[in-house]
Amino acid sequence: MSTLSRRDFAKFIAAGAAAGAAIGAPSVWAQGRTRGRVVVIGGGWGGATAAKKIRQMDRAIQVTLVEPSASFVTCPFSNYVIAGWRQINQITHNYNALASRHGVTVVRDTAQAIDGAAKRVRLAGGRTLNYDKLIVAPGIDFRWGAIEGYDERASEKMPHAWKAGPQTLLLRRQLEAMADGGLVIMTVPANPFRCPPGPYERAAQIAYYLKQRKPRSKILILDAKDAFSKQGLFQDGWQSQYPGMIEWVPLSRDGAVTKVMPNELTVETQLGEKHRGAVVNVIPPQFAGRIARDSGLANASGWCPVNPATFESTQAQNVHVIGDATIAGAMPKSGFAANSQGKLAALAVVNALNARPHAAPTFVNTCYSLIAPEYGISVADVFRVTDAGIVAAPNAGGVSPRQADAAFRRSEAQYALGWYASMTQDIWGA
Amino acid sequence: MPRLLATMAACAIAVISVLHAAPAPGQTASAQLLTLSCSGCHGANGRSPGQMPPLYGRSAEMIAQALREFRADQRAATVMNRIAKGYTDAEIDAVAREIATTWR
Ligand SMILES: Cc1cc2nc3c(=O)[nH]c(=O)nc-3n(C[C@H](O)[C@H](O)[C@H](O)COP(=O)(O)OP(=O)(O)OC[C@H]3O[C@@H](n4cnc5c(N)ncnc54)[C@H](O)[C@@H]3O)c2cc1C
Ligand code: HEC
Repeated sequence: MSTLSRRDFAKFIAAGAAAGAAIGAPSVWAQGRTRGRVVVIGGGWGGATAAKKIRQMDRAIQVTLVEPSASFVTCPFSNYVIAGWRQINQITHNYNALASRHGVTVVRDTAQAIDGAAKRVRLAGGRTLNYDKLIVAPGIDFRWGAIEGYDERASEKMPHAWKAGPQTLLLRRQLEAMADGGLVIMTVPANPFRCPPGPYERAAQIAYYLKQRKPRSKILILDAKDAFSKQGLFQDGWQSQYPGMIEWVPLSRDGAVTKVMPNELTVETQLGEKHRGAVVNVIPPQFAGRIARDSGLANASGWCPVNPATFESTQAQNVHVIGDATIAGAMPKSGFAANSQGKLAALAVVNALNARPHAAPTFVNTCYSLIAPEYGISVADVFRVTDAGIVAAPNAGGVSPRQADAAFRRSEAQYALGWYASMTQDIWGA
Repeated sequence: MPRLLATMAACAIAVISVLHAAPAPGQTASAQLLTLSCSGCHGANGRSPGQMPPLYGRSAEMIAQALREFRADQRAATVMNRIAKGYTDAEIDAVAREIATTWR
């Protein structure tokens, strides 16, 4: 810009804007120094990653992140808040570094509508944001009413605690208030849902608390499926750490809950059996966050199909969808996966705005779970894009060894803490 | 009108020079993407803030050798053996080189 005077520069902007409007010149003209404008909807695991990575890869791209909350409470490690050995402030992150260190424009608002033809996002507060590329990362919403009687009001009596924050603390308070000998009921949905190992880790963490404070209590898991993530490792861990405390009822033994009576703290299964708990944690069926569904990004399944090489929507141009909202083949709905996809989408957007080619991606996912603070297990996979979509690389990945000593489990527990520190620093940190 | 055209021509030149002033594309995308998988655990630029081993400052040879040993189950591991088995020799060399040269 050094060859242009200030006055020329003002003219340049005006002329560029006029030319842009008149002859549809690329937005780089109207934007002066900007290579392109990216809007990111959602400042969670996927969206905050993508916003930061784009700015790190190319400072000439303008990035606006739309997120209604001033701070973000992670679901990962919220089970340890429920168990009482982590505080909620230790899992709360803010957007200060994204804004001040990385130059992301953070707009505290909710995206209400996407106009794909005009490449515009309308916000609830009334503003409109124009984009060249849009990244949509709204996470999940609950299918209220899919379990009869379970709506948002019911969740004040029977918390889901499947979006972290006040619900996490509510479940914690209920466990603290429960008398020794009480029954804790957890209901778990069919696949796909956020964090496949999460419910089983939560059962272990609740047992960890009960074993110390209310040892006569029990946990009943009513499950809408017959198998689950890291099942053998979880069942071994439950048995060795909390013998007799956790009972798991699969679908085939009438585990699917179809109705709840919040005032009676009672749930009813498919075959009509009723269970009454002292504390009831309902993890409801889910689908993609509302903005994705309202904008035509989801298909009949309620989730968003994407091109696995770029995570660009197969239902809209110039729109990428990442994180839990997507249909991502063999990749689970995890924070790790959302971070991996956020990086890929960032690279895809940067490459496209720079007219550079985009190479075939690989992804990694690892989900650590803690049976107890010093007892960790994990599942890890490397993923590749094939004609069949995203598949786990054969002969790689898998779960922690079934036979392992206490030292091994302790190492994995340490690495779980290290993973959280690295990942949250990578996403929200300076 | 001629003045506007002249201004627009100046714009075009300015735009082009801005584009050329951008940093060079750098390493191939695939190597960059490979390293992005590692930073989720080892930390941004390998500067792990917690219990994960840091990777910054390591030589490409050390990283590649470690990955080959993990892959062959010849190095003690909790998780790297499972991850390393997902990569080819060429990818191991590419990711090791990329980390050693770009993670600062
Ligand atoms: C108990 C529990 C434990 C878990 N443990 C782990 C773990 O150990 N490891 C792991 O990898 N994963 C774990 N997960 C899964 C992880 O939380 C999710 O996979 C991850 O949050 C998905 O990221 P996302 O970006 O898709 O959604 P989110 O992280 O939920 O972010 C979505 C964001 O979008 C915002 N948003 C939504 N709609 C709009 C809108 N219209 N406009 C603007 N903003 C909007 C929301 O406010 C939110 O901030 C766990 C989940 C649970 C419930
Ligand atoms: C799930 C978390 C995780 C991911 C992802 C991961 N690592 Fe590791 N890495 C570890 C852990 C944990 C160790 C320690 C060995 C072990 O217990 O497996 C380690 C050890 C290493 C070491 C040896 C370090 C030393 O000082 O001895 C190297 C090199 C390494 N990793 C490279 C990589 C590369 C390259 C990638 C990306 C392709 C990667 N890692 C991805 C967790 C991870």
